[in-house]
Amino acid sequence: MASRLSLSEDAYVRSGAQQTAVKILVVGHFAVGKTTLIGSLSEIAPLSTEEQMTSLSENVDDLKGVQGKTTTTVALDFGRLTLSERIVLYLFGSPGQQRFVNLWDDMARGALGALVLVDPERLADSFEVMDLVESYGLDFAVAINQFDGGTVHTPEAVREALDLLPDTPVVTIDARDKASSVNALITMVRYLQKRAALEHA
Amino acid sequence: MTDPDRTDLEPVSEAGALVRPYVITRGRDLPDEGTFALITLVTTSTDEQQRPQRLSPEEQQILEMCSSGYLSVAEIAAHTQQPLGVVKVLLSSLAEGGYLVTRAPVPSARLANKTLLQEVLDGLKALSV
Repeated sequence: MASRLSLSEDAYVRSGAQQTAVKILVVGHFAVGKTTLIGSLSEIAPLSTEEQMTSLSENVDDLKGVQGKTTTTVALDFGRLTLSERIVLYLFGSPGQQRFVNLWDDMARGALGALVLVDPERLADSFEVMDLVESYGLDFAVAINQFDGGTVHTPEAVREALDLLPDTPVVTIDARDKASSVNALITMVRYLQKRAALEHA
Repeated sequence: MTDPDRTDLEPVSEAGALVRPYVITRGRDLPDEGTFALITLVTTSTDEQQRPQRLSPEEQQILEMCSSGYLSVAEIAAHTQQPLGVVKVLLSSLAEGGYLVTRAPVPSARLANKTLLQEVLDGLKALSV
């Protein structure tokens, strides 16, 4: 099982000894395009790691609770993007259901912010993930993944439907397109800068 | 495990050594989360006489993989196809043995300073042209 693994040179972080690792979460409901977006940006083939979780992890010391536990395996997809000699960015695709909440502790800790990917045809499916992002106090921008042939929704309509604050950025993207995905991240980081400036003001 | 770049000054939890992988695979997490975050960068320390005598195959596999450069904890878990919790336990024991060098990420988003955000933005902009 623990066989020899040889990775290609590209698999390694290019300037790991000098770089600071940062992460941004790409969140959204099932099949909204998180892995597609990560794949459009990542310099490595998107990777997936699994975490086993129990549904009652809060009661780990309560032996009576053991029988009631169910173990779930959650796949976490992620990619990597070297931004400079000093910064390497990791993008984590995070499932947006409350039952994955202990996985979120790990993902949200130290994240710069989140990009919330929404499907305009299934906006109601995004409520749960928005709640999670907000409960972790993450700053976020919303990206509407405009699928082919779908009705075009204006950012204003989406803003209203999701009950967003006036300054939360909303952009329309095609998650398959690198330039489009990069733009969504740029919008988000600009917003983070604005938020940081307000906090320090 | 001397790392001059470590900025978090939390005391190292002794609980790490007590927590065994079987506990982790039942779904629990290490208490000293801060040591091995998903994006903590890891490589082997260059001190070759530290070469382990009694490591498990899984630990040897990780050391071998990390000997060629830096990888994040998440990448190590993905490449070894081990659950994250298990990988953190293995890394934790390897680090205690002095086999690994770790580079912790910025401890908190709130500490993400202006310079860091600007550098992220500049890097993204360079990609979009």
